[in-house]
Amino acid sequence: MLRTVLQLGLARNLLIRGVGTRRGGSTQDWDGQVSEIKKKIQSVLPGGSWNPLHDSNHLPPEHSDVVIVGGGVLGLSVAYWLKKLEKQRGAIRVLVVERDHTYSQASTGLSVGGIRQQFSLPENIQLSLFSVNFLRNINEYLAVVDAPPLDLQFNPSGYLLLASEKGAAAMENNVKVQRQEGAKVCLMSPEQLQKKFPWINTEGVALASYGMEDEGWFDPWCLLQGLRRKVQSMGVLFCQGEVTRFVSSSNTMKTVSGGEVTMKRIHEVHVKMNNSLEYQPVECAIVINAAGAWSGQIAELAGIGKGPPGTLQGTKLPVEPRKRYVYLWHCPQGPGLETPFVADTSGAYFRREGLGNNYLGGCSPTEEEEPDPGNLEVDHDFFQNKVWPCLAQRVPAFETLKVRSAWAGYYDYNTFDQNGVVGPHPLVVNMYFATGFSGHGLQQAPAVGRAVAEMVLEGHFQTINMNPFLFSRFYLGEKIQEQNII
Amino acid sequence: MAAPRAFLRLVAPIWNGSTRSIHGLSGEMAPEGNQRKRTLLQLLTDCFRDVEALREYLLQKQLSNVHQKNRSFTHIEEQYGPYIGGAFFILKQGGAVKFQDKEWIRPDGRGRFPLEFLKFQAVPVEAVDASGCAINYQGLDNLLSMKELQSLSLKRCPHVDDWCLSHLHPLANSLQELLLAGCPQVSERGLACLHHLQNLRRLDISDLPSVANPGLTQILMEEMLPNCEVLGVDWAQSLKLELEEQPRDTA
Repeated sequence: MLRTVLQLGLARNLLIRGVGTRRGGSTQDWDGQVSEIKKKIQSVLPGGSWNPLHDSNHLPPEHSDVVIVGGGVLGLSVAYWLKKLEKQRGAIRVLVVERDHTYSQASTGLSVGGIRQQFSLPENIQLSLFSVNFLRNINEYLAVVDAPPLDLQFNPSGYLLLASEKGAAAMENNVKVQRQEGAKVCLMSPEQLQKKFPWINTEGVALASYGMEDEGWFDPWCLLQGLRRKVQSMGVLFCQGEVTRFVSSSNTMKTVSGGEVTMKRIHEVHVKMNNSLEYQPVECAIVINAAGAWSGQIAELAGIGKGPPGTLQGTKLPVEPRKRYVYLWHCPQGPGLETPFVADTSGAYFRREGLGNNYLGGCSPTEEEEPDPGNLEVDHDFFQNKVWPCLAQRVPAFETLKVRSAWAGYYDYNTFDQNGVVGPHPLVVNMYFATGFSGHGLQQAPAVGRAVAEMVLEGHFQTINMNPFLFSRFYLGEKIQEQNII
Repeated sequence: MAAPRAFLRLVAPIWNGSTRSIHGLSGEMAPEGNQRKRTLLQLLTDCFRDVEALREYLLQKQLSNVHQKNRSFTHIEEQYGPYIGGAFFILKQGGAVKFQDKEWIRPDGRGRFPLEFLKFQAVPVEAVDASGCAINYQGLDNLLSMKELQSLSLKRCPHVDDWCLSHLHPLANSLQELLLAGCPQVSERGLACLHHLQNLRRLDISDLPSVANPGLTQILMEEMLPNCEVLGVDWAQSLKLELEEQPRDTA
């Protein structure tokens, strides 16, 4: 019997040796292998440490056709229109990457929420007109089965822009362009202004333009949540993470004149989870930069601007965060229910908030007074020294007011010409921009989203011609200056 | 496939302290309690793509029905003029029209109406009664060309909202009476833009469920339109209730 056992033992040894030699490394260490096998069996049994199915619910998917960096109103608008205009249901997989799901620093939620058509550029007016149409019919566009209708809390009170002697001719010109595009704006003389709004002090005002319809302010948070809800029901995936790296490939080609051009294509987006080093490489075809105030950083990650200055490779995306303050005050004898959004000649603005004689307002600082955008702390001295005197001069009732609270938010400020950047980059061929709107991004978001979706899906702008807003204007030096910036 | 709805129940952030009440949560945030009481239909919609697609189609059909009711009759307008065109539109919706110096024209129970008004080409329309009609923003365009309209009644119209009120400013020269009682979508924000209508003498804003503070709104409207009689909250009724309660207290 011992002999048979020994024979069996030898046979087993032979088998194992055979298997070992097939693998290419024979192990005579039978005891070591047995102890390893024992450890593995112990870990598989309940109570052990083996976890074959890694939980990756928090990670984004490994592949996505379009990755939208930034989940604010512009990013969600692009996602909505991509899904709305796709040729077949479910044709495009979209992933929205948002770093902060509480939107604590996002410009959308901190915005004052105004919408106007009183711009000087015809394209801006058209964008705003379409956006107002979108907002008016928002419960048709963003209808989701079983969800209650959205209440945007739109106040159709209009905008009142005041102009001094210097700006009166420009304002008249602007109003002519606005009326041509279909905006309902009228010009008012100081006498008419005094009659209509008795609380105003018309000293220094030569002309005023007043929007009769389709202008006012609304709740941006409601628009954001409505877009989120609709976009999720259409199948767009959301991910909470930060984009840390783009993996791209380059292709160098020679131009006719012999110069070299390097075109880049982004293949992967590395999305890093918050508070951890874990990241997921997302393979993608198109990247949309809708990161708002941080678009410049995202563009740098993609290699935009890394080159000798003065060349196309060396042209950076000129979008940087600028801090703006908004103050809320109470004034018991202040202007009544008919108060529009008033923008003074000095740059200070205010509007009513609710029924209780509360007002919101602020002022854009000059270049020298720009606050440090490192944090969102509020400077109350700015109100005392710069905003209040202008307001009190224009509306005498505001001499007695009491500031209730204040907050600060970022403008995604385009230092080149304060207008948005839309469309693809000439060298990084699959990065599209939808950013840089310098304070009027919220009111143009629906129209810009549609324009970017048309560019991605069709290759050109179809409804509104946004060719003046392309990135190449920074290299060519063609400024499209908007005069009516608040 | 509908993506998981895990992110819908976000709380509005608290970075801007007391202004949170201003940028407050809009109505679409369902509280947790509703989650359990889902109907069978909602459960089916969540599980089956076909059911969801069918319900989306039905929803879009409902919306397009309203659009259909508010289409303009351009051929009538071109042939007979803006007054007849607008009057035809209102009568088709189920409302009533009064031409200057003529009687009210109403459709009968079956929706038919006499066509003799097609002869009144140069006669302006004086009053329109669109109570209970499915008129909306686009439908109002038909009324805006009636430059001598003096009285407009939009009582209990389900699709008249703040946008429609802001659209009424072309009638500022002639409109003297506006009745908005019972419109579910009109709020104080739309009422604020009625100050364009400087010739308004009678405004009825009673029974508006979306107005948060009816008493305060009426006071502010009276301040805004000094020449107008604003009918809103029934003060006498609230006084009577107080008188009834008092003897009970003392007893």
